[in-house]
Amino acid sequence: MLIGETFNVAFRSIRANKLRALLTMLGVIIGVGAVITVVAMGTGAQRNVENQINALGANLITIEPSRSRFGGVESSSTVPMTIDDAVALRRDAAEYIDAMAPEMERRQQVEYGNQNINANVKGTTPEYPEARNTRVEYGRMFTTGDDDSRQRYAVLGANVPDNLGQNPAAMIGQTVTIRQIPFEVIGVMASRGSIGWSNPDDEIYIPLTTARFRVMGNDRLGQISLTLPEGVNRNTALIQFERIMRREHRIRPGEGNNFNLRSPTDYLATAEETSKTFSALLLSIAAVSLVVGGIGIMNIMLVSVTERTKEIGIRKALGATRIVIMSQFLIEALMLCLVGGVIGIGFGVVASNLVSKNLGWSTEISPTAVAVAFGFSALVGLFFGLWPARRAASLDPIQSLRYE
Amino acid sequence: MARGMLDTAERMALLPGDVPRDAVIVTRNLHREYVMGTEVVRALNGVDITIRRNEFVAIMGPSGSGKSTLMNMIGCLDTPSEGEYWLNGHRVSELDDDDLARIRNKEIGFVFQTFNLLPRASALANVELPLVYAGVGGRERRERAETVLKQVGLGERMHHRPNELSGGQRQRVAVARALVNKPSILLADEPTGNLDSATSVEIMDLFETLHREGQTIILVTHEPDIAEHAKRQIILRDGKVASDGLTAEIHA
Ligand SMILES: Nc1ncnc2c1ncn2[C@@H]1O[C@H](COP(=O)(O)OP(=O)(O)OP(=O)(O)O)[C@@H](O)[C@H]1O
Ligand SMILES: [Mg+2]
Repeated sequence: MLIGETFNVAFRSIRANKLRALLTMLGVIIGVGAVITVVAMGTGAQRNVENQINALGANLITIEPSRSRFGGVESSSTVPMTIDDAVALRRDAAEYIDAMAPEMERRQQVEYGNQNINANVKGTTPEYPEARNTRVEYGRMFTTGDDDSRQRYAVLGANVPDNLGQNPAAMIGQTVTIRQIPFEVIGVMASRGSIGWSNPDDEIYIPLTTARFRVMGNDRLGQISLTLPEGVNRNTALIQFERIMRREHRIRPGEGNNFNLRSPTDYLATAEETSKTFSALLLSIAAVSLVVGGIGIMNIMLVSVTERTKEIGIRKALGATRIVIMSQFLIEALMLCLVGGVIGIGFGVVASNLVSKNLGWSTEISPTAVAVAFGFSALVGLFFGLWPARRAASLDPIQSLRYE
Repeated sequence: MARGMLDTAERMALLPGDVPRDAVIVTRNLHREYVMGTEVVRALNGVDITIRRNEFVAIMGPSGSGKSTLMNMIGCLDTPSEGEYWLNGHRVSELDDDDLARIRNKEIGFVFQTFNLLPRASALANVELPLVYAGVGGRERRERAETVLKQVGLGERMHHRPNELSGGQRQRVAVARALVNKPSILLADEPTGNLDSATSVEIMDLFETLHREGQTIILVTHEPDIAEHAKRQIILRDGKVASDGLTAEIHA
């Protein structure tokens, strides 16, 4: 019951100085709020990367043309990558390839009825959905036969029907024109979400051969996507692909590659590491502000002890022991920190929501972060309340009673 | 606190042989020195007094003679630099801070010149405070505080804060607070120092009533007519007892 009374005293003392208590708590509020927000942003960023890795498929490898380097000098033009490269890879490294999709792409005017959009049109093979870890949602993908016979078939990205003012199911069998050439829509892809800068849901897919001879008029590839079969060593496969590509491009030993062999998930894993480091940095700054908030609490508690010297003297004269006086001030500091912590958590949740709404940055409030921030603010209260509380407890009763 | 294990009779048996069995306060050669830089102030310079149960004693003397210092010593707010002090057989010089706090809570009721009430708490809450530290439960605490407040004539004013009460009423709250835990002695350091003469008389009448009911009272005062209410008067001079006699005999 003494504890209950001690709580009461602490509570009343905070209530008697509401504004001061609020200002004191501000440090803790900002600290806890910052911790929650930063962790939510970090968790959200990591979740984003994980989703992207899942969207790409963990086994994806891409090959793109690039500028070659020769003795540290970058050559001025890129050497094109062609359909022949894809054919050579398929032929000479078949055991390292599960699905392969050469891509040739260009932005084109696309018309449907009176709608007119500018879309990225990709010529590719029927293996594209498998290679890029996606599927056709409505209708079907074009076949090898369609490709060989240069059919004017189109498969739309998930957003394209909407961009053209039509619902996906109703688009099947409709005709769109690409560069004035009529194409029959035979399928609509499942939604994949944006990956990095590009959004595949806005793209349109046509057979590679059709693209080569009817739309683009050349055999240059923008990219080759391929997936490794289960159980194949990634490094061995990459060495094979590099060897074949160098042979096809007639690159002499010692000369740099004029293509890029990439494993996007490796890249994303690096991005994840970077985002983790960045979050840790922000978190430590937020933690520092929490400690600064704790020092603010200590400051106010010291002021409070001085202000209430006479009260402490009276309580001691009436029989309050050291531990009673100490717990009175410790509980007061703890309450300030915990109330500040709760407000800070609310503040952090609101701030996280604002960040994800206004900055389009996905955030995720982690219960662990909330618990840790709360526990940490309690610890701050205990730690920074201890010294003022001890000072109060060791005051001499006679001196305190005389204090005006 | 080995001696705390003994009961009062056993503790009293350990006192010097010339001490009466009903002595509440016994001091022997009590000294208290304050060191101010290079100067040593001897506030108490060998005080021997014995006060028995249900005595009503006034301590008088010029300013600076050590009256307050002696009261603080008796009230266990301070410990002697030299000499012995037994309170109900407890040898106070042996006790640590927390033991002293418990003794103050159980054995002593203080009334101060400046009232020393908690300004933000009601009269009732102020009176309950010693019971809080004694570990008395909420309901009993309230009942006992109400009873004592009625006893000092403040039954109507229990929920007022000190700043809503007159000086005399505040001092009554202070007296109620001093009495609520049934202390063996009531100590009052110039309890009427901040009151006008009519109010002073009221407070002294209250003290006389308490004394008649069996309360041991020690009171410090400057004013001879206040001291007249006490049955015994001790006069201090330069930290020593200059005279000690019954009020009735002084007048004889
Ligand atoms: N804390 C202290 N530090 C230094 N000297 C002190 C202290 N308390 C008391 N004294 C000195 O001790 C002496 C006795 O003081 P005390 O307060 O006991 O006097 P008093 O008899 O109560 O006087 P008054 O009638 O003015 O209240 C004085 O000389 C005083 O200056
Ligand atoms: Mg005095």
